[in-house]
Amino acid sequence: MNNILKLGALAAASTLVLAGCAANEAAVEETTSAATTDTTTETVVELTGTLNGSGASSMAAGQEAWIAAFQTANPGVTVNYDPTGSGTGRKQFMEGATSFTGSDSYWKEEELGGEFPSCAAGTLPWEFPIWISPIAVIFNLDGVSSLNMDGATVAGIFAGEITKWNDAAIVATNPGVSLPDLAITAVHRSDESGTSKNFTDYLGAVAPDVWTVGAIEAWPAEYGGEGAQGTSGVVSAVSGGNGTIGYADASRAGDLGTVAVKVGSDYVAYSAEAAAAVVDASPLVEGRESYDLATKIDRNTTASGAYPIVLVSYLMGCNDYADDAQAELVRAWASFLVSEEGQQAAAASAGNAPISAGLRAKAQAIIDAIK
Amino acid sequence: MTDVKPKAVRRLGDIVFANLTFLAGISILLTLATVAAFLFAQSVPAFTGEPIEAAENGFWAYVFPFIFGTVYASVIALAIATPLAIGIALYISHFANRRFSQILGYAVDLLAAIPSVVYGLWGILVLAPFLTPSYRWLNENLGWVPVFGGQVSATGRTMLTVGIVLAIMVLPIMAALIREVFLQTPRLHEEAALALGATRWEMIKMAVLPFGRPGIISAAMLGLGRALGETMAVAMVLSPAAVISFDMLTSTNSNTIAANIALQFPEAGGNYTNLLIATGLVLFGITMVVNMIARWVISRRAEFSGAN
Repeated sequence: MNNILKLGALAAASTLVLAGCAANEAAVEETTSAATTDTTTETVVELTGTLNGSGASSMAAGQEAWIAAFQTANPGVTVNYDPTGSGTGRKQFMEGATSFTGSDSYWKEEELGGEFPSCAAGTLPWEFPIWISPIAVIFNLDGVSSLNMDGATVAGIFAGEITKWNDAAIVATNPGVSLPDLAITAVHRSDESGTSKNFTDYLGAVAPDVWTVGAIEAWPAEYGGEGAQGTSGVVSAVSGGNGTIGYADASRAGDLGTVAVKVGSDYVAYSAEAAAAVVDASPLVEGRESYDLATKIDRNTTASGAYPIVLVSYLMGCNDYADDAQAELVRAWASFLVSEEGQQAAAASAGNAPISAGLRAKAQAIIDAIK
Repeated sequence: MTDVKPKAVRRLGDIVFANLTFLAGISILLTLATVAAFLFAQSVPAFTGEPIEAAENGFWAYVFPFIFGTVYASVIALAIATPLAIGIALYISHFANRRFSQILGYAVDLLAAIPSVVYGLWGILVLAPFLTPSYRWLNENLGWVPVFGGQVSATGRTMLTVGIVLAIMVLPIMAALIREVFLQTPRLHEEAALALGATRWEMIKMAVLPFGRPGIISAAMLGLGRALGETMAVAMVLSPAAVISFDMLTSTNSNTIAANIALQFPEAGGNYTNLLIATGLVLFGITMVVNMIARWVISRRAEFSGAN
């Protein structure tokens, strides 16, 4: 019941936002006052058509929430999102099969040198982060609900070098916590996954001499540990054992203990704000166009309150669509996704971290320029 | 001399029916041929295309741990399931009263209808945590036995758990088949044994088991076939690694071919997909060899059985 109410309110709000975008840019503030009855908006925006996208499965839950809300607000529009995986998603976009893409990694240089049949000849696609998902380091240890660790300790545990919970490295950063003489079981993903890639990217960046293999999707056998299938598999393996530790999408951490990682001189636990903060604190990839917000996540960040273990997914589309009707649809769709309502809708259903207001404004500027 | 041989009457219905059964029969061969052709054709790019990161030491170095894991898990499963299946079949066919044996028979058939994903969930959520204390005990007290050594798993998601889950999965089909064979033991053999003063156990040893031996072997091979190809339950339960390890109680276990395909395929791209299909071809080969050995064993043993 509550959900239906929320959805209804969201739908009403998003119609107004979209209408606002087409008419003038300052519509967001008006939505609350005008949410009761507004007949003019429906006549202003009457979108129809089908919008096809594909890509990252990490944001599939968010896409479902967005599509439900967007289609309620725009009954004439059908949006399809096929969670094929990031690589396939970008490939399909480059084959002209889709109008937008969700991807866990930004455009590669060589991809930007290719053709984009959905876009007008000679134009390049835009991209910006749309989905930030903190990755929690979860553990199951009787009587302990949170631990502080620096990057080298986390890397040591997952590389199989730190094997006991009462290892000096863990004791040193957790004064007052009684740690048992118990073997550590480090659980990793047995299937290839973007979560593993981002997590190991963090390990490789903060502790390159402990974690020597860099960002990887398939776990190296020499590091040992226990493999489990999918996020659910990792979470159930960690909950099922004692002395287990693993990494999983933060929305799935549940009652398990979580690790606060060392950032600068503080220890930061994961939170939506901390995850969004690290994206804001990270530099853009150099040499990209102004409409390309490809971000090199700074895993070594010292920005206070930033949580560096995050998975960032991008939304990608054309600056200039070959088909003008698609341009109009994508403008409306992308505007909804970056709007505060859109971001909150996804966060409510998938538990990810909404992007910051600053990033939303930058993304909206890119969207407004879509032709 | 006139031809008086009566000519068989060929009615339309006979012709249609004969051809339909021919088609049904030939479809098995066609399916097998298409699958084999698909596996062969799709495997080729794995060897001719650009090198694959996962298999940098060559195809056989990549696939061998999985071959080992596949066979090892299946052998554990059979070692557990075969004696149990014989026991169940004997109890149903020769010991239980008619009413109870019927109920047992239904229960066995019901076990066969449970999908493997449910066995997988049950394995992770119930069996593995339940077995963990026993594994710890085995490791502490029998750790000197090579297969029980190593750092015992804290979650119970080990090769032995997979073997037990697989054993339970192949049990129904084995028990059902063996029961049918035991029920066909000639009544005269059994009565003759009893008349000579044999106890019931001696009668089973002299009459039932020798008669049923080919049946037991073919049931075991059928079970082995299912265990070799089982995917979902293994992928969910096992904690895999690309190593060869005889340890049954640790977190580092050899993965099976089928489970490895299921785990890696969703994110695989390029000719990595072909590499995985090539491992599927290897599994196809293993299954074929197992079946051929089974045929050979049965044909060799037939003359010694009581069937003739």
